[in-house]
Amino acid sequence: MLDNLKILFHQGKQYIPDVTAIKVPGIFRGRPVISSEKVNETELMELCPTNAISINPVCIDLGKCTFCGECAFAFPNKIKFTTDYKIAANDPQKLIIREGQDEIIELSPELIREEIYECFSGSLKLRQVSAGGDNSCELELNACGNVNFDMGRFGIEFVASPRHADGIVITGPITENMAGPLQICYDAIPEPKIIILAGTDAISGGIFDGSKALNRSFLTKYKIDLYVPGNPLHPLTFINGVLDLIKKRK
Amino acid sequence: MNYISLKNNQTIALSAIPELDYVSFLELNVSSVKNSGYHCVNYFGFPFAGKIKLICCIANDELQTINVSSSVADAKHELPSFTKNNLVFEKFEREIHENFGIAYKDHPWLKPVRFPFNRYNKEAGIADYPFFNIESEELHEVGVGPIHAGIIEPGHFRFICNGEQVLHLEIQLGYQHRGIEQLFLEKKKLLQRTTLAENISGDSVAGHTTAFVNLWESLCSYHPGSDLQLSRTLALELERVAVHTGDLSGMCTDVAYQLGSAVYGRLRTPVINFFQKWCGNRLAKGLIRAGKTNFPFTSELGLELTMLFNEFETDFNSMSEELFELSSALARFEKTGVITNDQASAVGTVGMSARMSGISRDIRFSHPHDFYTELNHRPIIKNHGDVYSRAQIRKEEIRQSIAYIRRLIKNGPAETGKAEQLSSPQPNSFTIALVEGWRGEICHCAVTDEKGELIHYKIKDPSFHNWLALALAVRNNEISDFPICNKSFDLSYCGHDL
Repeated sequence: MLDNLKILFHQGKQYIPDVTAIKVPGIFRGRPVISSEKVNETELMELCPTNAISINPVCIDLGKCTFCGECAFAFPNKIKFTTDYKIAANDPQKLIIREGQDEIIELSPELIREEIYECFSGSLKLRQVSAGGDNSCELELNACGNVNFDMGRFGIEFVASPRHADGIVITGPITENMAGPLQICYDAIPEPKIIILAGTDAISGGIFDGSKALNRSFLTKYKIDLYVPGNPLHPLTFINGVLDLIKKRK
Repeated sequence: MNYISLKNNQTIALSAIPELDYVSFLELNVSSVKNSGYHCVNYFGFPFAGKIKLICCIANDELQTINVSSSVADAKHELPSFTKNNLVFEKFEREIHENFGIAYKDHPWLKPVRFPFNRYNKEAGIADYPFFNIESEELHEVGVGPIHAGIIEPGHFRFICNGEQVLHLEIQLGYQHRGIEQLFLEKKKLLQRTTLAENISGDSVAGHTTAFVNLWESLCSYHPGSDLQLSRTLALELERVAVHTGDLSGMCTDVAYQLGSAVYGRLRTPVINFFQKWCGNRLAKGLIRAGKTNFPFTSELGLELTMLFNEFETDFNSMSEELFELSSALARFEKTGVITNDQASAVGTVGMSARMSGISRDIRFSHPHDFYTELNHRPIIKNHGDVYSRAQIRKEEIRQSIAYIRRLIKNGPAETGKAEQLSSPQPNSFTIALVEGWRGEICHCAVTDEKGELIHYKIKDPSFHNWLALALAVRNNEISDFPICNKSFDLSYCGHDL
């Protein structure tokens, strides 16, 4: 018992006091900024492994981007990745970063359904479904609840049963083999309910786009409430995105 | 010779692999794995000139070689199975059967492996998996999954229980199948293929990506400089420290030891944050590239990592001293989920799952690559095969890996390699790459055509062997001990399903 207390004491305070303002350590690749410098745009576009870069003008779609940073190494004056981790959006258009644009990505209040603030602003229970996820986004979603990020302090938690959940968090490009179970899980969640796509694979298929082993028809049926880019997503991206979603009033 | 002996990461002409008639092929490979010190690292088929070419790779752990032989089969003809003679081939043959329809007349259970999109028989889907069942009024079945209670990948577990006691567990996988091997052929850019390798299993980014780049560089006759080799070795050992620490946290969670869960959980954070400082990604995506690195390991990073481990070790040691003497935790760990040495040998486990049952199987020792040739690695072996052994191995391997990392840093940053360009892959070739990831042995194989294009890419995650060990481990245990058994193996779903 005393040893346990000693360890507890030695650990000190591990939680991040303000998850909305903390700076991430190191060279994290978050929101990119594209300068107006002239480069060989075709070469830039073809470099990207997931066709996230389009040209005339140069744009990066964060829903497709794997954040590998190769474009920034090849064209350092054209593309820079900032450490801004607040890159979640509820409008897929906002995930497209345009040349010359250097603004914070914010949720569009008009797209947030009214019942989200009413029902979930103080408490949100989520059911996670990995549908072909590679366990990286899953690890980071688990990390959201650890003693460092401590998402539970906002009343946001992952729960075991869809019956207890207010929404679903999907990771992975949605395989054919998981399409059925995903639908069953979604149907089991009581109304009102939200859908969050977590990670690049879920948003666009990522590097798996075009694989015949996928079945993404689920996504065409429902409105997506939040897109959280990243490969994998950073816990701070997820927590800030979800907080914005449930705290913002129309 | 009826086989060719390769070194790890060696490329040879496809035609140099001796092609045997099927019966000799079977006898050769079945008899060679009978000897201790030999094990099957990969056995697969691919369409070749209208038939199915089978390639079997048997590692010789003493001579540091891999013996490769081949045969050609016709999908229309029934074949005798390797599995009838030795169980270690059971899943390889199920995979060949599932992909190409080759019928094995004496395979004990030719069940589906993962229901891939390009399987031979598309009539049955993943919902039609033929489970074993028992007709008895005393027994009952418990089905769990594919979606589980936590934030975890999907898989279905079907238990047959006598009261609380598990008699049998059957594990059905395939839900994570993304068609990744086929994508390696379709996506032709090197960066796409590297990204695919990084996404095979997100908890083994360093493991799978190192296997891919080592294979690719060999295929392109490129010799990586010591800086590249150093950063790969460091990444592999850092990944081992990070995941093992996280797993100890998970194991504490599963026996409801909150302090251990929180402390080990938070100890993982600085280690993965170090990856972010080094390469901008907490799970090392973006770090490892064929023929180059975007993120050289500088002496400043070395200094920072040394300081990180100074702090880490103090907390890790005090927590571990507590956990490994805590009777309430040990009561749950000891003699739970046992795999005996005989069982482990029979199913051909690899990695930690082999080393906990007294089998010395470790690619870092038997087929060293990169800086492992200099580290002179000695595997940590336990003999009880229970949850406790798996916890002990993690604790000791974390300490061993930290010692290795300190040694690598002490030798100073490696010289920056020459800016040599990667050439194109050699035509008509075969390459094999083995890497000891934190979970165990990772094997990648590639075959090219006359233009040097990939015509087959085969990935084998350690989980491919080890899932069967988990199923055997829970027999005669209480079903309530399943979570701790499962976590103590911590196998990959996506690495298996591909």
